[in-house]
Amino acid sequence: MTALLWLIPAALGLGALGLIAFFWSTKEGQYDDLEGAAERILIDDDGPIVDDEDEG
Amino acid sequence: MAPLDAASPSLDPAAFVRATGAEKRLDLAVQNARCAACIARIEDGVRKLPTIKSVRLNLSTGRLAVSFTGDDALAVSIIQTLDRLGYPAAPYTPDTGEDPRSKEEKRLVRALAVAGFASANVMLLSISVWAGEGEMDIATKTMMHWLSGLIALPAVAYSGWPFFESGWKSLKARAVNMDVPISLAVILACVLSIYETAMGHGAAYFDAAVMLLFFLLIGRFLDVRLRARAGQAARDLAALQATIAHRFEGDGSVKAVPATDIEPGDKLVVPTGERIPVDGRIVAGEGEVDASLVTGETQPLRVEPGAQAWSGMVNLGGPLTLTATAASQDSLLAEIARLVEAGEQSRSRYVRYADRAARAYVPAVFAMAGVTLVGWLAFGGTIHDSLMNAIAVLIITCPCAMALVVPAVQVVATGRLFKDGVLVKSGDALERLATADTVIFDKTGTLTEGRARLINADTLSPDALEAAAQLSRLSRHPLSRAVADTAGDGPVAADFQDVAGGGLMGRVDGRRVKFGSARWLNLPDTEDDAAQEAWLVIDDADPIRFVFADTLRSDATTAVTELADLGLEAELLSGDREAPVAAAAHALGIPHWQSELKPQDKIARIDALKDEGASPLMVGDGVNDAPALAAAHVSVSMGSAAEISRSAADLVIQGDKLTALARAIDVARKAKGRVMENFALANIYNLIAVPLAVFGLVTPLVAAICMSASSIVVMLNALRLTRA
Repeated sequence: MTALLWLIPAALGLGALGLIAFFWSTKEGQYDDLEGAAERILIDDDGPIVDDEDEG
Repeated sequence: MAPLDAASPSLDPAAFVRATGAEKRLDLAVQNARCAACIARIEDGVRKLPTIKSVRLNLSTGRLAVSFTGDDALAVSIIQTLDRLGYPAAPYTPDTGEDPRSKEEKRLVRALAVAGFASANVMLLSISVWAGEGEMDIATKTMMHWLSGLIALPAVAYSGWPFFESGWKSLKARAVNMDVPISLAVILACVLSIYETAMGHGAAYFDAAVMLLFFLLIGRFLDVRLRARAGQAARDLAALQATIAHRFEGDGSVKAVPATDIEPGDKLVVPTGERIPVDGRIVAGEGEVDASLVTGETQPLRVEPGAQAWSGMVNLGGPLTLTATAASQDSLLAEIARLVEAGEQSRSRYVRYADRAARAYVPAVFAMAGVTLVGWLAFGGTIHDSLMNAIAVLIITCPCAMALVVPAVQVVATGRLFKDGVLVKSGDALERLATADTVIFDKTGTLTEGRARLINADTLSPDALEAAAQLSRLSRHPLSRAVADTAGDGPVAADFQDVAGGGLMGRVDGRRVKFGSARWLNLPDTEDDAAQEAWLVIDDADPIRFVFADTLRSDATTAVTELADLGLEAELLSGDREAPVAAAAHALGIPHWQSELKPQDKIARIDALKDEGASPLMVGDGVNDAPALAAAHVSVSMGSAAEISRSAADLVIQGDKLTALARAIDVARKAKGRVMENFALANIYNLIAVPLAVFGLVTPLVAAICMSASSIVVMLNALRLTRA
């Protein structure tokens, strides 16, 4: 039963950590552009993407 | 580039540049951006321009924020660049002030997160108590309960606040809403649990209390987010339709600024063909204006210095100079605003389904709890057991499912309509739309396009049409545009001259051509004044008459038929003169119509219909429709409508697609059906749960299972609407 003495605080602490992380992320605007964030990972920053010759 | 049209004069994007020190910011709404390649192309393309500091595209909202240090005129090249890349963009002024609704939304998200955290952790402890039933000694059990309480009580105090506040407000107003039994159940569950734990009996409802709050907050959050989204979409629409004003600066130059920046007393010039941006008094220039957005009348109005001009009128003559006046001081808009307010008050008497359910539900629950208490006492129960069971009735019947029934369905229905281009401005708008049985249309700008089209092109010789078109392509006058639209692209006239308030003249294939009003050409007035007209004179030949009219929208007939199929009787109420109204009513097969109505007359007709027991749906767009929109049972305005009409209406159709009306009614009716089903489900749940509670069979475990099961069933049923 003594395991409870540290298991319960550990569970609560981890939960509280998650809660704090969630508050931080909403405040920082992490959810403002969900679609953009998902697509931006695909952009290859190394090469030129806009080719002047290709533009109509 | 999209063709210019009379309703939206080309915007000078430089007017939307906001400067803070050397840094300038421009916000654009970009179309067609969908993928990673779009982000890269847009951001890289704009970044290549000189002096650009940062470019950021928000893909979810389609908004592009640009900051740069160069001249304001760079705004034009930014838009041109985007256009060339295939992403047409429009400048807009973003809201700076924070919307109270989005503030409430954020507060609810935090409450939801706290309730979620608390219910997960309390459940962790509760499950070990339930699993250890019979083995766990009472001391450990009590410790678990105290721990649960330690988590649950602060969480309830924080997350339950929206319900306590609203319940208390309603009690103070001597009414009872759903939040009263919710608050009571949560508070009683907490108090009872503290008492039980302190006494060492071992039945705690902390888990039920926080879980109840968690589910209820989901419903509340959905409800608020729905309203916040709709409000945001409506404000975006307004921001995108911002008009430009040309203001005289102190040094005599003219600068383009957003119309919202104009203050009373500012001197403005309104070029030919542009919309008057703000209300004002004309100080110089005279000519005709198209007032159809203001009065619904298609016949142009003559104005001269000293006359009052209203925002939304289109200048048909030469440039007008006017002094801006404050909107509140003038008689027309003040009167309209007063009528709108009166209409909205009468509408606020509508009782939403949820409140109607609460009215029936709350007394029943309290009565049931009372009967349980008295019953147990009468049959020899101890005071403790009797009280416990009475409170269990309150907790378990607590409208967890009830509070989710309406928001869950409305969020799904509104989301679907949003995809179809219909903005629903409030949840109860859908409820009212489902019960509409009569539809009242405005004519100008609603059933019709609200701008002139050439209607006798078939009877004109190709040579005459081409001659007129060569002049018209050089002019921004709405009638010229109508001619140019009909004739299509082509060459333009030589020696062109635009005579303000008169017409156009020039040289086509060596012939002198004049195109303009009968008065300017010294022609006798025609008897038929129902239509707008212009005359073409080539050299000394006989004048040729061009007739223009405001034509019906291409989908007007379909829309009226669809509404008739849904069982709605149509009526046409217009501020326009008799002939065009009768023609439109005849063409659409609308039997009841009235013309030359003032805003008050439209309200009178709506009130008469209401007295007959009908529920009229008003569809309109003009300033003159706003009071009728507010007074009707439910109302719809076009996306291109006057601002006051858009704000008075319950629903706004983006893209001016009339066929969306039938779709909206269909979805609203389906949503109503789903709400009723959900109420039935919630009642079935109560039929099972209440007897259990009355006979004292409810343990904390039973309460937790019953409440989450009922909420999930209701949610799933609402989601079925996405496919129907």
